[in-house]
Amino acid sequence: MFETVLKALLEGFGKSLEIFALTLLGALPLGLIISFGSMSKFAPLKVVTRAVVWVVRGTPLMLQLIIFFYGPGLIFGTNIWGIGSQGRFIAVIVAFVLNYACYFSEIYRGGIEGISRGQYEAGQVLGMNKSQVFFRIVLPQVVKRIIPPMSNEIITLVKDTSLARIIGVYEIIYFGEKFIKSDGIIWPLFFTGVFYLLFSGVLTLLFGYIEKKLNYYHN
Amino acid sequence: MTVLEIKDLRKSFGKNEVLKGISFKVEKGEAVAIIGSSGSGKSTLLRCATLLETADDGSICYKGKYLLKDKVYAEKDELKEICSSFGLVFQNFNLFPHMSVMQNIIEAPMLVKGISREDAEARARDLLSQMGLSDKENAYPCELSGGQQQRVAIARALALDPDVLFFDEPTSALDPELTGEVLAVIKRLAEADMTMVIVTHEMAFARDVAEKVIFMDSGVIAEEGDPKELFYHPKTDRLKAFLHNANI
Ligand SMILES: Nc1ncnc2c1ncn2[C@@H]1O[C@H](COP(=O)(O)OP(=O)(O)O)[C@@H](O)[C@H]1O
Ligand SMILES: [Mg+2]
Repeated sequence: MFETVLKALLEGFGKSLEIFALTLLGALPLGLIISFGSMSKFAPLKVVTRAVVWVVRGTPLMLQLIIFFYGPGLIFGTNIWGIGSQGRFIAVIVAFVLNYACYFSEIYRGGIEGISRGQYEAGQVLGMNKSQVFFRIVLPQVVKRIIPPMSNEIITLVKDTSLARIIGVYEIIYFGEKFIKSDGIIWPLFFTGVFYLLFSGVLTLLFGYIEKKLNYYHN
Repeated sequence: MTVLEIKDLRKSFGKNEVLKGISFKVEKGEAVAIIGSSGSGKSTLLRCATLLETADDGSICYKGKYLLKDKVYAEKDELKEICSSFGLVFQNFNLFPHMSVMQNIIEAPMLVKGISREDAEARARDLLSQMGLSDKENAYPCELSGGQQQRVAIARALALDPDVLFFDEPTSALDPELTGEVLAVIKRLAEADMTMVIVTHEMAFARDVAEKVIFMDSGVIAEEGDPKELFYHPKTDRLKAFLHNANI
């Protein structure tokens, strides 16, 4: 029995990990782009970006998942996601990436806005161009500043992956819960908690390590 | 040779006209001190000269090349070349906190001028020893005193071999006991005939080190000339009042 449960949970955990990794892969860079939009000097872009971020951060991810998955089919009459589990998975990734990109964008924005104007001016007077100033001077300092809020958000993502099952993407809790119905046992569900704990524990250690590594200077 | 010539420079922030037609020249090897009360436009002048602000009118010319000529700025390529003529030392240093002292100094020479790391480091060590900071090349700015940080900032600016170096109140952010070491470094640069424009509230320093002093008042140059002349025989009432308050 234990082996059956373990196998099922591992399969579900694999799916959770996939959602986690793909979300980060998409949302980390997209968030940076969105943060540029929300700080743009071009007012319409700034307003639209901030409105999108406000809506996405102000509504539940579960709601967004449902709307993303069913919306296109019901509104436009076409299921843009494609059929079957593949289509559902794509819809999940798109919704997660957008949602997390909006959260990350606010963290990036806070980090970028926290860098003093003097840093930009020093770079400029030394002859650096805008991208050199950003990538050599600003970004490394932003990374240090945003590690603590980022690690919180990323650990939240670990747990949020469980929401994917609302549109039928079978992650670990789905498998855990299945054993309640099929075998009348609850311990597999508790066991899923162990996976989450281990995973977020590893991430906590990792971020703690990175934070320490970046402690070679302070502002 | 004239390193910098500014003519009729004007700059407003909204309705507030901060520079009302500033003209002066800086010759090679000259140290020019700019004095004046807070809000008289000294920083704005340096910021316009170093392209951190765009001026509204007038001209700025470095070694015969116009950065700004009658409201029109030079083209991008030319701008980049002209910008290598000047350096600026800020009041609050603006060192890069995530970089070691060495990295702070070699970053721009390598990135902007394409100098090899070896050459850039050799030059940086030379500059650090001039600044009396040879033992600090691996330190981070947060590990240094304000005076040491400012000396690193001076070395960083010098590493690009500017024709003229601007200082905007280089000692104003420092504890009184640390201003001396920074002023001493600037004095030595003056003795080595570095061309410099120094905004300062250190009147004794301006008097002893500068070849020429410019007194700014509400956006105009109210008086300029030989330091001793200016400090001991001020002509305008405004300069008299300023010097009286400055207790020289
Ligand atoms: N970025 C700015 N926006 C608006 N006003 C400014 C700005 N920078 C300076 N000023 C104004 O210009 C005037 C001159 O300032 P500044 O050049 O800093 O004088 P100083 O360096 O002589 O103390 C002040 O009245 C100041 O408020
Ligand atoms: Mg000033």
